[in-house]
Amino acid sequence: MTDAQAAHGAETRLGIGVSPGTAYGPVVQVAPPVAAPAGEAAPADPEAALEDVKAAFASVADDLEGRARHADDTAQQILKATALIAKDKGLHKAAGKQLAAGKGPANAISAAVDEYAAQFEALGGYFAERVTDLRDVGSRAVAAVLGVPAPGVPDFTEPSVVVAEDLAPAETATLDRSLVVGIVTQAGGRTSHTAILAAQMGIPAVVQLPGACAIEPGTPVSVDGDSGEVVVAPDRSLVEAQRVRREKRAEALSASRGPGRTKDGHAVALLANIGGVQDAVEAGAQDLEGVGLFRTEFVFLSADRAPTVEEQADIYRKVLEPFGDRRVVVRTLDAGADKPLAFADLGPEENPALGRRGLRLSAERPDLLDAQLEALAVAARDTGADVRVMAPMVATVEEAAWFARRVRENGLPKAGVMIEVPGAALRARHVLAEVDFGSLGTNDLAQYTMAADRMQGALSDLLDPWQPAVLDVVAAACDGARRTGRPIGVCGESAGDALLALVLAGLGVSSLSMAPSKVPVVRLALSLHTLPECQGLAEVARGAATAREALDAVRAAARDELTDLL
Amino acid sequence: MAQRTVTIASSVGLHARPAALFVEAVNETGLDVEIGRPGDDAVDASSILGVMALGAKHGEEVVLTADGDGAEEALDGLVALLSRDLDAE
Repeated sequence: MTDAQAAHGAETRLGIGVSPGTAYGPVVQVAPPVAAPAGEAAPADPEAALEDVKAAFASVADDLEGRARHADDTAQQILKATALIAKDKGLHKAAGKQLAAGKGPANAISAAVDEYAAQFEALGGYFAERVTDLRDVGSRAVAAVLGVPAPGVPDFTEPSVVVAEDLAPAETATLDRSLVVGIVTQAGGRTSHTAILAAQMGIPAVVQLPGACAIEPGTPVSVDGDSGEVVVAPDRSLVEAQRVRREKRAEALSASRGPGRTKDGHAVALLANIGGVQDAVEAGAQDLEGVGLFRTEFVFLSADRAPTVEEQADIYRKVLEPFGDRRVVVRTLDAGADKPLAFADLGPEENPALGRRGLRLSAERPDLLDAQLEALAVAARDTGADVRVMAPMVATVEEAAWFARRVRENGLPKAGVMIEVPGAALRARHVLAEVDFGSLGTNDLAQYTMAADRMQGALSDLLDPWQPAVLDVVAAACDGARRTGRPIGVCGESAGDALLALVLAGLGVSSLSMAPSKVPVVRLALSLHTLPECQGLAEVARGAATAREALDAVRAAARDELTDLL
Repeated sequence: MAQRTVTIASSVGLHARPAALFVEAVNETGLDVEIGRPGDDAVDASSILGVMALGAKHGEEVVLTADGDGAEEALDGLVALLSRDLDAE
């Protein structure tokens, strides 16, 4: 912070940048869920209290329907369905019973919600997912009956920075892209849903910002989604400097086109990570070289029986078509105890991240894998797409060989493996010899290298892909790939970090797969550096003692034409 | 009392969007409509939570009943709705 900023009362805070770009606007605070207070008095007149409860539900329904009128299609359906829950007579009756039994209005609402939530949770699968909507209605009705602000994103009309403890995926998905210029959360992590969705939507975002929820609504803030810096009440000159940088950046990025190349012409393919048909349609329309990671879980997760070959082929065709003859790397089903399937549940595990997930589940249920490979072969034939299949969570040579054989038996030309287990990275030379290519999943690789749960936002520092130990493991995998003559790519979030992308290219990675919104800045970064320069940056990063030092050293060593824009 | 039996056509069963569309259509009839599995207790078809908690899946049969003026026509309309794959639309 400069003295000038300090004099104006500006305050700089550092979080983790998860979606690139800068933003400036007033803060809109997302109110936290409201819990029913303990020790709430029993109503003197339960009948009158029931009228209050019904009025609370009605105001929630009105609010949701009002929002639905201004929302786009997808959001409109979600909001209308949620409004129907608030109007549900069964829910009102259940609350009435709780009032009659002596509960206060707020507690009666939350007990009624709990009753239905338990029923839905017992049904499992897709029904259990609706519990979130139900609890959201309950929390809103409790707020209404207590006369406190409704939880969730309030209505606003001016372009703003949305600030929250954390955002539920549904909340992030229903944000109005034309009004939300930036997202800041106090919790969350590099790989949280907020981070992934914000990057997908192209909205600059910072997570893990200390004290974010205490920023007064309406206070102007500037957000830097690359460095993670958020300035509260920034000085006018800083805002102006950021605006200039934003324009320079937009100009530089719009001039960057075509396949990924270093300054001296070394090819590094720029690919998209996608998770569904909609993503495929959007990414397919963009200037990128294909898909480096197609997550197929959505085909399975909401189904209560294994989808048939025909059903799957139908979906895969829709995903492949937008890419014409560009490559599409498909990751076979990556489910397990943390993402259980209704039809292939192997039971709860003490430690799901280390359990029977990924290819290990496929080994227990080869029928699922075979059906998926058959469907992919059908879709590949029908569309003429360049389909390459890879397995998640491969640890050994035997697993790689087993998978490659099944892929080829199903008539698919190219088999690969994800390198996300450190054991496989260290032995990449032998593991990759069994297949045609490897792809580094840096999110899981960091989790397993640093023994830090990806889902724990508090462990974000350990999960930083700049951790020198993680870079060493990546380097070992690249070295093994080089010795076997197999190409190796990266499909974790780190591939979308412009500086880290240079380091990865220097380590020998030949493709980078990321959220499509990150492709232009990575393309620009590569075009400004030669391969020997990238190799030099990789040396610099691996020579650092800490993650912070690695980042700072690479930032200092990279070309100013790039770092001036970051 | 009017009564119809219909097979759920929505590929994802009667929940989420299909359930919301069904309940909206029931509310538009202004009648007391019930829905249930053949031989089981029926639930209020205007309650989205009740309808979702029924957990009716793709290909399952459900029985609709209604009383009052226009009940026959109302049920015909609801049967037509449930016979479509609402999730695919």
